[in-house]
Amino acid sequence: MKLLSLTAVELGKKIKAGEVTAEEAVLASMDAIEAKEGQVHSFVTIDREGALKQAREVQNKIQEGILTSPLAGVPVAIKDNLCTKGMLTTCSSKILYNFIPTYTAEAVRNLERAGAVILGKTNMDEFAMGSTTETSAYGVTRNPWNTDHVPGGSSGGSCAAVAAEEVCYALGSDTGGSIRQPSSFCGVTGLKPTYGTVSRYGLIAYGSSLDQIGPIAKDVSDCAAILEAIASHDKKDSTSILRKDLDFTSGLTEDVKGMKIGIPRDYLGEGLDAEVKEAVLASAKKLEEQGASVEEFDLSLVEYAIPAYYVIAAAEASSNLERFDGVKYGYRTKEYEGLHNMYKKSRSEGFGTEVKRRIMLGSFVLSSGYYDAYYLKALRTKALIKQAFDRAFAKFDVILGPAAPSTAPKLGESLKDPLKMYLGDIYTVSVNLAGLPAISLPCGLDKKGLPIGLQIIGDCFQEKKIIRAAYAYEQAGTYQRSPLAEQ
Amino acid sequence: MSKEYETVIGLEVHVELATKTKIFCSCSTAFGSAPNTHTCPVCTGMPGSLPVLNKKVVEHALAVGLATGCKINQYSKFDRKNYFYPDNPQNYQISQLYLPICHDGGIEIETESGKKTIGIHEIHMEEDAGKLVHDDWEEVSLVDYNRSGVPLIEIVSEPDMRSAEEVIAYLEKLRMIIQYLEASDCKMQEGSMRADVNISVREQGAEAFGTRTEMKNIGSFKAIARAIEAETVRQIDLIESGERVVQETRRWNDQQGYSYAMRSKEDAQDYRYFPEPDLLPLVISDAYLQQLKDRQPELQDEKFARYLSEFGLPEYDAKILTSTKKLADLFEDTVKLCGKPKKVSNWLMGETMRLLKEHEMDPEDLGFSPGNFAKVIDLAETGTINGTVAKEVFEQVFTSDIDPEQYVEEHGLKTVNDEGALRDVIAKVIQEHPKSVEDYRGGKEKAIGFLVGQTMKAMKGKADPGIVNKILKEML
Repeated sequence: MKLLSLTAVELGKKIKAGEVTAEEAVLASMDAIEAKEGQVHSFVTIDREGALKQAREVQNKIQEGILTSPLAGVPVAIKDNLCTKGMLTTCSSKILYNFIPTYTAEAVRNLERAGAVILGKTNMDEFAMGSTTETSAYGVTRNPWNTDHVPGGSSGGSCAAVAAEEVCYALGSDTGGSIRQPSSFCGVTGLKPTYGTVSRYGLIAYGSSLDQIGPIAKDVSDCAAILEAIASHDKKDSTSILRKDLDFTSGLTEDVKGMKIGIPRDYLGEGLDAEVKEAVLASAKKLEEQGASVEEFDLSLVEYAIPAYYVIAAAEASSNLERFDGVKYGYRTKEYEGLHNMYKKSRSEGFGTEVKRRIMLGSFVLSSGYYDAYYLKALRTKALIKQAFDRAFAKFDVILGPAAPSTAPKLGESLKDPLKMYLGDIYTVSVNLAGLPAISLPCGLDKKGLPIGLQIIGDCFQEKKIIRAAYAYEQAGTYQRSPLAEQ
Repeated sequence: MSKEYETVIGLEVHVELATKTKIFCSCSTAFGSAPNTHTCPVCTGMPGSLPVLNKKVVEHALAVGLATGCKINQYSKFDRKNYFYPDNPQNYQISQLYLPICHDGGIEIETESGKKTIGIHEIHMEEDAGKLVHDDWEEVSLVDYNRSGVPLIEIVSEPDMRSAEEVIAYLEKLRMIIQYLEASDCKMQEGSMRADVNISVREQGAEAFGTRTEMKNIGSFKAIARAIEAETVRQIDLIESGERVVQETRRWNDQQGYSYAMRSKEDAQDYRYFPEPDLLPLVISDAYLQQLKDRQPELQDEKFARYLSEFGLPEYDAKILTSTKKLADLFEDTVKLCGKPKKVSNWLMGETMRLLKEHEMDPEDLGFSPGNFAKVIDLAETGTINGTVAKEVFEQVFTSDIDPEQYVEEHGLKTVNDEGALRDVIAKVIQEHPKSVEDYRGGKEKAIGFLVGQTMKAMKGKADPGIVNKILKEML
């Protein structure tokens, strides 16, 4: 199982050097999955035969010199809200229990072009709605650091799979923190790119104006390399941006001398766990020691981010999820009388509680008489939050703070109080509202032995700056393997 | 005594744009293909699919907006209209509510009571829905998504029309403009032009509008006129009998000449419109708009004036020929080939119109080529065939677009110009009809007509009646 303690780029090098074959890498992952899935349950679908076949094809192309990407031959796990042609794609929902897409998401295609081998699909909160991976219709995923705790969400399966060393890297999606928060809880590194950097074509939408696909891996170097592979200008996605600076790995330098780092006081106030605060400030200190300047400042409007986020995301979700109606694909109720009853029963039975809650919330804020008071106001708040960040980035190169107010809670604790769970997104949702890139990377453990995540936020298109800061910080040797990884 | 009422009518006209591909994906818009053969993840609402706007749709919408005097929103947006129905695969329609691409225009119509401008409130772009097919035998409904995502513009008029006559004049003018722009073929029977009619009545002179009803998707101009007349009567009857008009959507049954309520305003759905997050705002640059303005084709008014000056046609001809782009194009293309604009016009105004009426066709349905049409005119003008034969040949061109030269050759229809042969036939006719000969010589001029007819009959129509007449007179 030693192969899986490597980073994706390290494994890619070994495959290229002929020390390991792509097929051996898949088999190593399959062995790890077999050994650990009972404890962690990161996957919804595992495609052993497909992966082995793909690995053999990729191996031939590597040997022929056709595939030269650093990720060629390295297995990957894909969050189950990304369409994969011919492979079950459920969004961890009953309503898509049998859905097999006819096409592959552009980000995944980009990985395939680079020679990645798809192992399977990872568990998530149903339709990416949740912060714990407990709202999945296919069972909860557990935290590899302590299986009594949640892995975070919604990309909990992807983060747990990486932390448990079932796979070297995975793709996730981030609408309000769904890459960064579970990365923080699982002690891995996850990057949410600038909105428009990675094509959303084939990502089953939750909040279309906020969703971005991003990498989840052991370290910053992997994240940079993976992002380089998945980012592209895609004409099939009207919100995709033509960027010429997709050479993210060029940001992998230790040099943070003169880098101006801001820490929002608003991110250190009430509700933040003392141990998390301590770890974050200690991380800032380390960067300061390496030559960066660190300054606290007032970002403002932070308290409005959560209500604005939940209004906008729920509004878009209520519309995005209308297509799941039992007519064309997915779950249809067994018995019904007429069309309306079929819709109602299929959707009532097919969606889980949290999804229904957000559909109702979203339908409400868009309904006539409430649109201006809620939806339009939320859009205005979104614009103001972006302005607050603009002011901050006029002064700072990057913003540093916690990814989440606490470490991973125990299973079963969060869903009892959804409002409290929503408040846990306080440090992540603003980034989506403003369309910014941000990374979460491990910065120590709390007394319970659970990982703490450090979040570094950049201005739009400044991924290289956050990669540079994160990479410099990481050189201090912060990565620790989870107990389940060491098994 | 009974009061005087006024009918107030506004129209929402949906026009399917003549693009090769759909509004948000690259599937074909071709009509009449096998079900679900022109579909992809986008137009079937597959999870994860995303819309990408077809630029051609914007061009057509802008062209119609410019031709109808609209202001252009150079910053416009798409919105989602949410409602559940199986013909709508995403259960929302991408349309424009808050910032439609064109607004505040108008077109001038002419009716017997004179000229009048009908205001256009807005023109917006949207996607069409699929088609449901109900299987009565199996008790199932099937859905065909070929039409899903076909581009539409919706042209919303102001409530400026006061009679069925004005409504028809407005629709005809609108159709003509759109056909001239080649933005759509506007065929009501194929559904590429559909009209929803909003109608209310009020006492003559009243300022406030009455309660309106809406009649959706009426199949033809004539049916629209009948529906308006019937709905006016129905609403007046309600008011006169002390009842009130209910705001509702009604369906017109043209066979029965009767409309029935579909749904009332109380059942009206809340569409929860909001800006489409998958599409960026549409920004029309000044340069692009100017480019489109420069590319606008000649419309009817300009063409009419040109027909008078360039071809010297009478106003009457010019008006009819420019009434549809099809006729105007046919006219100009034919004149290009054979000259003689007045002759071409005569054939279009006379025989063509007669045959259209006989076959119950519209000018849009004309299928013959300017080449064959020009040949008929040449054959007639050079005297190769006589007038009667020319009509016969033209009818063949009209129905089957045959090659007139070949047809005349094969059927031996050329006028016989061999005077010797003609004189022989005439001599024989004179000999066989002494009574008529006597009548003519006795002063009955008309009798010669009978003899010409007999000669033509004997010649199987292939003689020039003028020449026959001339020779007859000589020989008598």
